Amino acid sequence: MNLATFIQHFLNSLTLGSLYALIAIGYTMVYGILRLINFAHSEIFMLGAYLVFWGITLFHLPWPVAMVASIILVAGIGILVDRIAYRPLRDAPRISALISAIGVSFFLQNVAIVFFQAIPRQVYRPAWLENPMIWGEVRVLPLTLFVPLLSLFLMLALVYIVYHTKAGLGMRAISKDIETSYLMGVSVNKVIALTFGIGSALAAASGIMWALRYPQLQPIMGAIPGFKAFIAAVFGGIGSIQGAVIGGLALGFIEIMTVAFFPDLAGYRDAFAFVLLIAILLVKPTGLLGVKTEDKV
Amino acid sequence: MSMILETKGLTMRFGGLVAVSEFSASVPQGSITGLIGPNGAGKTTCFNMVTGFYKPTEGQVFFEGKELTGMSPHQVCRAGIARTFQNIRLFGNETAIENVMIGSFVRQRTGWIQSVLMTPMSLREEREIRDRSMELLDVVGLAGIAQEKANSLPYGAQRRLEIARALATKPRFLLLDEPAAGMNPQESLELMDFIRTIRTRFDLTILLIEHDMKVVMGVCEHMWVLDYGVTIAEGGPEAIQSNPKVIEAYLGEEYVKYA
Amino acid sequence: MNRSTTILLNLVLVGCLGLFLWWAEGNLDGYKIQILNLIAVNIILALSLNLIYGFTGMFSLGHAGFMAIGAYVCSILIMTPEQKETLFILQEALPWVQNSHAPFLVAVIAGGAVAALFGLVIGAPLLRLGDDYLGIATLGFAEIVRVIANNIPRVTNGALGFKGIPDHANLWWNYGWCLLTLYFVIRILNSNTGNVFKAIRDDETAAKAMGIDVFRIKLLSFTFGAFFAGVGGALLASLLTTIDPKMFLFTLTFNVLMIVVTGGLGSITGSILAGTGITVMLEWLRFVENPVTIGDWTLPGIPGMRMVVFSLVLILVILFRREGIMGMREIHWGTVARLIKGGKA
Repeated sequence: MNLATFIQHFLNSLTLGSLYALIAIGYTMVYGILRLINFAHSEIFMLGAYLVFWGITLFHLPWPVAMVASIILVAGIGILVDRIAYRPLRDAPRISALISAIGVSFFLQNVAIVFFQAIPRQVYRPAWLENPMIWGEVRVLPLTLFVPLLSLFLMLALVYIVYHTKAGLGMRAISKDIETSYLMGVSVNKVIALTFGIGSALAAASGIMWALRYPQLQPIMGAIPGFKAFIAAVFGGIGSIQGAVIGGLALGFIEIMTVAFFPDLAGYRDAFAFVLLIAILLVKPTGLLGVKTEDKV
Repeated sequence: MSMILETKGLTMRFGGLVAVSEFSASVPQGSITGLIGPNGAGKTTCFNMVTGFYKPTEGQVFFEGKELTGMSPHQVCRAGIARTFQNIRLFGNETAIENVMIGSFVRQRTGWIQSVLMTPMSLREEREIRDRSMELLDVVGLAGIAQEKANSLPYGAQRRLEIARALATKPRFLLLDEPAAGMNPQESLELMDFIRTIRTRFDLTILLIEHDMKVVMGVCEHMWVLDYGVTIAEGGPEAIQSNPKVIEAYLGEEYVKYA
Repeated sequence: MNRSTTILLNLVLVGCLGLFLWWAEGNLDGYKIQILNLIAVNIILALSLNLIYGFTGMFSLGHAGFMAIGAYVCSILIMTPEQKETLFILQEALPWVQNSHAPFLVAVIAGGAVAALFGLVIGAPLLRLGDDYLGIATLGFAEIVRVIANNIPRVTNGALGFKGIPDHANLWWNYGWCLLTLYFVIRILNSNTGNVFKAIRDDETAAKAMGIDVFRIKLLSFTFGAFFAGVGGALLASLLTTIDPKMFLFTLTFNVLMIVVTGGLGSITGSILAGTGITVMLEWLRFVENPVTIGDWTLPGIPGMRMVVFSLVLILVILFRREGIMGMREIHWGTVARLIKGGKA
């Protein structure tokens, strides 16, 4: 493999990794505060892409407007899902909320099939993202750089919110101890809603960029990337935002680099994440950056 | 007098916190002894180390001469030690008699294959287990509610059920974690009698953690006092009651002069 | 209600079932018979998941994986070498795949056994994990099985899958296996071992303290569940006569989970009732997906609507009636007798 090809693969890894990281953040934030695996998150990702498509084809919105509108709408959907399907189960055994999440996931997936039909659709790509830039032997789509950069910007915005705002303080408090947070006057439900909103917005952004990068829309497009992103979050340490980012990037690199160096394994690409999952659960279930908690006997 | 349980320098550290420090005790066979001390002194931690729920950071546990240190909880039970829990841990969705039958499982000889094939031997053993479980419920006075779900029972009944269940494992050493919690004076008196009765009837050695001083002083022949993980005193009821360190630990310095 | 009366009543019930099946075979159309077949298979699958999750408390989402294993093993064994010759067009099948052949009974048992073996192998490391982690780990296992099935064409014919699987799975085989599964599950759960399963579900810590080797018992329950999931998969393969990796997506596990939750986690009766009800409902809902002609108007079918309704029902069940139809209760002959007596009085 020569340097040019390697750079190509490296940039692709960065792109894929960033997309996983954005989705993973949503999973990890919700798990951190509610100990819930939000199965519906992968459909949030999918809806982000679809709503942009709808906005452009049905309402003839210019692409940037459609993108922003989609992100805001999907953030709203995420908050709504929590309000309707998870909040009533706050005091129920944890598995109930988990089953509800699985139900919502299938519900949204099939609603998308009903509304958008199951046939894959092509996605509109703005020209400026499409024209390849050529540096010597390296041929790069601006899109490949756009994704990591936008992701970085979004993640920095998130860091600001989590560490420098009152709402973010609330989020961190709830993830440590929800009971005490209630007692300390944190408006828990509002903070939880905000968490879902932010996580969904990031997933929507990822979905939009994913659709640009792999330009095919399908109602089931969220399932596999969503699950892989969740695995990335577990790998990095579920509950830790830094862990989600590291995990997402790591998974992106593992997927692309492994196939780059061992092309025969291409068919098994989807299985890498699952193997990684089982490996991490057996070796260090709390993930790279996670912390162990003890059960009181 | 042989020692059924001996601990040597049992220490439990959680990170930087020392929950129990150098707990060394010898429990005489057939005795009723107590482990007392203010809240958070490390008493349940000692129980957890003996019964295998915690692996001691240092120290050893010997039961009937054989080392138990670091064994898993189910192996400890199999060896002959049974316990109850501070916050009652019953099998809530099962009936009272089922709870006790589950206790018998560790001594069961027939396995699932025989159950599925309905062999005469397994059917006979199931009947024996059921009968014996009814007997145990009778011993703790719960024969009438055998078919009630455990989590629908009143608090006092739940405590007694937990003891019946522990007895079903045919232990030689019984650890009771705050058996008198939530009991009124009349019930505590009955409990004291009950403890003496089962000691004789089932040939047990009993060690209890307890805060109710009437029960402790009334039924324990010997006791250890823990405070912040350290054994500050040990001895019989009179010695402990007049021990200044014990009084200080429970009531504070000003009360020492009343010793 | 003593033991001999119960046994007598059970035999009568089985006899009635036999009569009904004999009647159905001669008098119902193929479509309705297929539904009856699916009911039997779904009950087997529901019972197998209920055993693992409802009774032992292990949140396993890997059922599709065990079903796939059972399906492929059975299919390989019941297809003749000549049939397999024509099937494996892309790549030649491996010799042991090509030449193996066995009667249907053996094939189904083998399907269950191999699935059980996998259950043992992956259960050993994974069952130490808690709730949610076990869920996603088993889900990961099922996905790995699917991806592997796609990538070993010399064994599974890759993405093409198997077509023309002999359709031995008629009403008698399916209900026979269903009754066998029911017998096994009831016997186990009525024994003290079954009590121990439930104890582990209720409070693992207390179970350990009572001398129960929780890990070993969990593994036992998990292996049983895997066996019957494999049996279900094997029967399904012969019933549908075609299988391919795309059949064994998470959706399949979801369907079984849905039946178990709706029927009631921890209720055998619930699994039977929900298995029947939901299979019928799923088929009945097909009308929503197909075009309907009323007079001059043709309402277009809405594909995907079935699953929309289906998932909505699951959400509603979990929100408003978490314990499902039966909760943890069962209908015994005693219950029936009391109802009848109550009616008379």
